[in-house]
Amino acid sequence: MAEAGYALEARGITKVFGLHVALDNVDFGLRPGEVHALLGENGAGKSTLIKILTGAYQPTLGQVVAEGVPVTLENPQQAQKYGIGTVYQEVNLLPNRSVAENLFLGHQPTRFGLVHRRKMEQDSRVILKRYGLDIDPASELGAHSVAVQQIVAIARAVELSGKVLILDEPTASLDRNEVERLFEIIRDLKSQGLAIVFITHFLDQVFAVADRVTILRNGKLIETRALDDMTRTDVVRLMLGKDVAFSGATAVEDARPLGDVLVEFKNYGRKRSVHPFNISIHKGEVVGVAGLLGSGRTEMARIMFGADAADEGSVTVAGKPASIARPTDAIAHGFGFCPEDRKAEGIFGDLSVRENIVIALQGKLGWFSALNRDEQMEIAGKFGEAMDIRAASLDMPIKLLSGGNQQKAILSRWLATDPDFLILDEPTRGIDVGAHAEIVRTINRLRDEGLALVVISSELDEVVAYSSRIVVMRDREMVAELNGENINPGVIVQAIANHREPAA
Amino acid sequence: MSRSLRPLVATAIIFAIAYALAVMQFPSMFSTRVLGNFLTDNAFLGITAVGMTFVILSGGIDLSVGAVIGFTGVLIAVLISWAGWHPLTAFAMALAIAALFGGAMGMAIHYLQVPAFIVTLAGMFLARGGASVITQDSVPVNHEFYKWISEMMIRLPGGGRLSFIGLLMVAVFIIGALVAHRTKFGSYVYALGGNPTSASLMGVPVARTTIGVYMLSSMLAALSGIVFSLYTSAGYPLAAVGVELDAISAVVIGGTLLTGGYGFVLGTFIGVMLLGLVQTYIIFDGSLSSWWTKIVIGALLFLFIVLQRLIFAASTPGEKSS
Repeated sequence: MAEAGYALEARGITKVFGLHVALDNVDFGLRPGEVHALLGENGAGKSTLIKILTGAYQPTLGQVVAEGVPVTLENPQQAQKYGIGTVYQEVNLLPNRSVAENLFLGHQPTRFGLVHRRKMEQDSRVILKRYGLDIDPASELGAHSVAVQQIVAIARAVELSGKVLILDEPTASLDRNEVERLFEIIRDLKSQGLAIVFITHFLDQVFAVADRVTILRNGKLIETRALDDMTRTDVVRLMLGKDVAFSGATAVEDARPLGDVLVEFKNYGRKRSVHPFNISIHKGEVVGVAGLLGSGRTEMARIMFGADAADEGSVTVAGKPASIARPTDAIAHGFGFCPEDRKAEGIFGDLSVRENIVIALQGKLGWFSALNRDEQMEIAGKFGEAMDIRAASLDMPIKLLSGGNQQKAILSRWLATDPDFLILDEPTRGIDVGAHAEIVRTINRLRDEGLALVVISSELDEVVAYSSRIVVMRDREMVAELNGENINPGVIVQAIANHREPAA
Repeated sequence: MSRSLRPLVATAIIFAIAYALAVMQFPSMFSTRVLGNFLTDNAFLGITAVGMTFVILSGGIDLSVGAVIGFTGVLIAVLISWAGWHPLTAFAMALAIAALFGGAMGMAIHYLQVPAFIVTLAGMFLARGGASVITQDSVPVNHEFYKWISEMMIRLPGGGRLSFIGLLMVAVFIIGALVAHRTKFGSYVYALGGNPTSASLMGVPVARTTIGVYMLSSMLAALSGIVFSLYTSAGYPLAAVGVELDAISAVVIGGTLLTGGYGFVLGTFIGVMLLGLVQTYIIFDGSLSSWWTKIVIGALLFLFIVLQRLIFAASTPGEKSS
């Protein structure tokens, strides 16, 4: 890899956490003016490599080389000095400060030793224009949508660094138009000679925007190649290390007899959150919920679980009227809920995987029947194995696990309570192909075991694959319920778009 | 209006109304004499509260300030009266010790990842204990310099006086506001309070900022101890017990979010003045027990915490429809 002309290079990087080897002798070279995709399953070492390249971690062995000069990156600030800027999966900016300050924090223009706010805001306006944003630089960042925040994050990284831009799953929470806009920005930056690392789980996006690809698996470098001579199947094969049939959807088995109605929501709704909806969920069926971001999908899930109380309508569980005003009510009725924002609402980051798995069960058992450590270990071990949770130890803090493994642990948490009804909000967002398949497999298995499930997902192919019915949300309203042969992505897109322009 | 401004405006309005009501009952409260005394009597609290504002903005807490005030008072009294130091040398010594003390607490908080509450609680016991080890008694200070300072004041029409310490507090507030709102250090403090992970990824020098914040708080507490010593002309190890809680109250009543990231130094000034107003009112009334001050402060605190909750919960940015 000792080739000249790299903007940024990693040579023989090895990183060990305790007994776990996260990266094993990985080489990585990034040329100016290219978009380089970095792919791998969860736990393959992508994030670790990125953190080393940005100075958040130090390598155990090996070297980071910036423009041919070996450098030691002790912290992200130092990486910035070498021209390396990063945009993370979750927008890592300050929602409590102004847009301008987020762009310039640490580099604010000063006059007489004080921050020159007017100049900072003028400069911000110029920068934001370049990215096609017309917002007030003095406004609070948190008041803007995730997409805008993401673009501000990119603008900041480019302004401050200007040589290398690392994009760690920047598209995870953007809708199609926003992704397209982002790609335009990426292409534009590439033509300006920036070296760009692009990490994503969406292969389409890799092929749409990247020039070369580096694939990691289990902490080892598998391959770095130009994308021109690769097919999608090649990429997936290299990522998984085995041949997989790459099919979008499995056929829906419509013939399956439906079980009894388990939960029925009648005119259920909450003001300013979601319009009243009617939905009944049978045992042994998966009801998919489709809709754009912000269409009220998550709000619907939260109301069903009592995380937000409904203010009209009624609900019956197994034929009896029930009242679900709080999550504890829902849990008492055998409900479970995997929220969308895993990091903020799902995991207890500092608690161990074991504690994260048993916590809902413990909550259900109450104060006076504490599970002892052995029982906890047994339960966690059982589900850890069943769900194939890849952790060095069940006693390690869950925040150290990759997104896919965290999601499996949260799913295990609810399965441990032996639920009748599970609500999954974007269970496969931001996780890799392997964990994705595992989650989808689990959804299918649970349905066959007679659970009722509601699954919210942005990936239409996926919803189509496991749902027996699909509910479509738009503008905080349930606008359609699709059955049988109506279930295909085309119809869903139409239902979402309806009288508007049909989505491409 | 930016939502972080709303609690500040609420405080200002409450202060204006409360002051107007007090003046209606006791017209003499509207005089330069009362206003001047406001500044003088609350100078030490105000100066500490500026430091506390920085700490709370950064998402921390500093329980040691009251003890640092007590320690400083005893230290300078002993240095001046027993060791014969010049007050200015003693002041410099006290500030230097406080800087080291605050720096050490900041380091413990940052490097050992111990919650600020615990570290500064330990700091509180250390400083209070240290003061009592030096002496158990009240040590009077009789020095020319003290007399000279206490005679230094601006006379206002209507019999009011702006004392040196009152003006010093105003100066600390102005400098504090400039540092918080117009310097890089200030923006780092807000960044830490907003989201420490993001802040560190954005290249904020987290260690330096954390240590700086606690250093600043301890040094301002020491300055406040100096002011207290000038005000009382004595040093007593049990002086300023509980001032840390008054300072926290003033900061929160002044509209700073207790979890950090939002707030203004000016708000703290109004918070301090509001607390001072309550005390002055009770003195004017004469029949009320001074404990009513505590009850009113409690009620105000509660009101403002509820208010902040409502403001920030009502406008939490979430998933937005495009």
